Amino acid sequence: MSKKKTERRDFLFTATAAVGAVGVGATVWPMIDQMNPDASVKALASTEVDVSSVNPGKTITVLWRGKPVFIRRRTQDEINEAKAVKLKDLKHPEKDEDRAKNPEWLVMLGVCTHLGCVPLDQKGDYNGWFCPCHGSHYDISGRIRKGPAPTNMEIPKYEFVNANTIKIG
Amino acid sequence: MSDHEYTPKSNFGKWFNDRLPLLTLANHLTDYPTPKNLNYWWTFGGILTFCLVTQIVTGLVLAMHYIAHADMAFDSVEHIMRDVNYGWLIRYIHANGASMFFLAVYIHIFRSLFYGSYKAPREIIWIIGIIIYLLMMAAAFMGYVLPWGQMSFWGATVITNLFSAIPLVGEGIVTWLWGGYSVDNPTLTRFFTLHYLIPFLILGLVVLHIWALHVPGNNNPIGIDVKKPSKDTVPFHPYIVIKDAFALLMFMIVFAFFVFYTPNILGHADNYIEANPLVTPAHIVPEWYLLPFYAILRSVPDKLMGVIAMLSAIFILAALPWLDTSKIRSAVFRPLYRQFYWILVADVLILGYVGAMPAEGLYLLIARVATAYYFLHFLVILPILGFKERTLPVPLSITEPVLGGSSNLAAARDDSRLEKLK
Repeated sequence: MSKKKTERRDFLFTATAAVGAVGVGATVWPMIDQMNPDASVKALASTEVDVSSVNPGKTITVLWRGKPVFIRRRTQDEINEAKAVKLKDLKHPEKDEDRAKNPEWLVMLGVCTHLGCVPLDQKGDYNGWFCPCHGSHYDISGRIRKGPAPTNMEIPKYEFVNANTIKIG
Repeated sequence: MSDHEYTPKSNFGKWFNDRLPLLTLANHLTDYPTPKNLNYWWTFGGILTFCLVTQIVTGLVLAMHYIAHADMAFDSVEHIMRDVNYGWLIRYIHANGASMFFLAVYIHIFRSLFYGSYKAPREIIWIIGIIIYLLMMAAAFMGYVLPWGQMSFWGATVITNLFSAIPLVGEGIVTWLWGGYSVDNPTLTRFFTLHYLIPFLILGLVVLHIWALHVPGNNNPIGIDVKKPSKDTVPFHPYIVIKDAFALLMFMIVFAFFVFYTPNILGHADNYIEANPLVTPAHIVPEWYLLPFYAILRSVPDKLMGVIAMLSAIFILAALPWLDTSKIRSAVFRPLYRQFYWILVADVLILGYVGAMPAEGLYLLIARVATAYYFLHFLVILPILGFKERTLPVPLSITEPVLGGSSNLAAARDDSRLEKLK
């Protein structure tokens, strides 16, 4: 008899604790999730850019989701240089063809993958970008070559709407 | 808490104290037996309390004029500087007050390191202190973001990006911290909220810090256990109160010098340029008090390992009571530890210096050596030293070296001089 009573108590304790845990979780989650990007932030998801005025060898910077996006019109020399790099020399091996669908245009997030600074154009040891914050060097394909950054600069989702317009996002 | 029973004199006092023993607490704080040999390095606890109160009061007033919005924050700070009555004074006290707070806390921490104040039975006091120090860094960092200048923005970007080093969930955490895809208005408003909250958390921890201190009582320069109350102690009031007040006045002279003569010397000119997400300043550095840790972060060529090294450099302090295996507290009786102590002080200063320099060439090499030594000190030297070091004899009481032993010789010499005069 007494044994049965203890089992009943055990069940009640476990059930109470389980319901309590679910309740606490359900109460705490909105408090945590409110910090995630809200609807108005998410609504600014895509940007269209007119690139007709960009000459070869020049980079323009546009703002997308609060972050800079580099759009570089590369010269033939630069394309050749980017393609000549051997994959085994890269910290984060990626072919240039995979990074620039249209080799003339390199579109990438201008955010250093180390700690998020904006790298400087046409600086550094690899004729690409150089991050002034902690000294990461990127090549003309935006691939990390030297310094603390772990990966290549990110390529956002983008497409050519027509010959002169790029839609980012 | 109290060492003896206390009864208020007046009937009202008795009536009140029976219901809420505030007078017992006040009596404990006045009579609190304090080692009589405390030197001026022990006055920084009081100075730090003053710093905390100063930051809370000036911060409260600044919050009446500041606007936490990405479009208005920068202008509202200039509004405080130019339009608000005495706004310039209040803001300069608050901004320099942060530096003064860290100056005092570093002296306070290194005092503990020298005299072994973190050792048993004071480990909890020490750990609460480390938590307070962490919260101070969080508060200072978020406060620096509020003026929304270039250094604010890029400092916030770099520091929040430290979390992106965490495998798998890192990027998600950073987006969550930002409330967007970059540091922006949602980030600013939440930093303002937390910057407002943290000082009160610190205040609560300070109460625990002092409470934990009052259980074993103060450590002292010779680091021995003191019977209390006894010949070795003096009541906190008036002896320590007056000494603390004098030291505080000296400290306020330094504080006032910065506020009135060089209010911007500890800041960066770039922070008077409004935040621009398209341009990173050529040379970003944190405030001076975070430079040693920044140097450690940069000295490691791998992102995740750099972040781990930087955080370990802080958290290793919490394990100090167990890493230091020596039973002797004060460095006064530890001839070898004393030398390693000063090497550590120099090491931290060197880290601070290279943290402010570009991360390349010789600076990077020095930063790496200094980082390695920092960890070597805590993880290898301290544990071994406790077993190997031949310590000097420790006096049995604070009074002993004064009344017996060496000082007797001095007294004898004085006597002989008196004899000659006769």
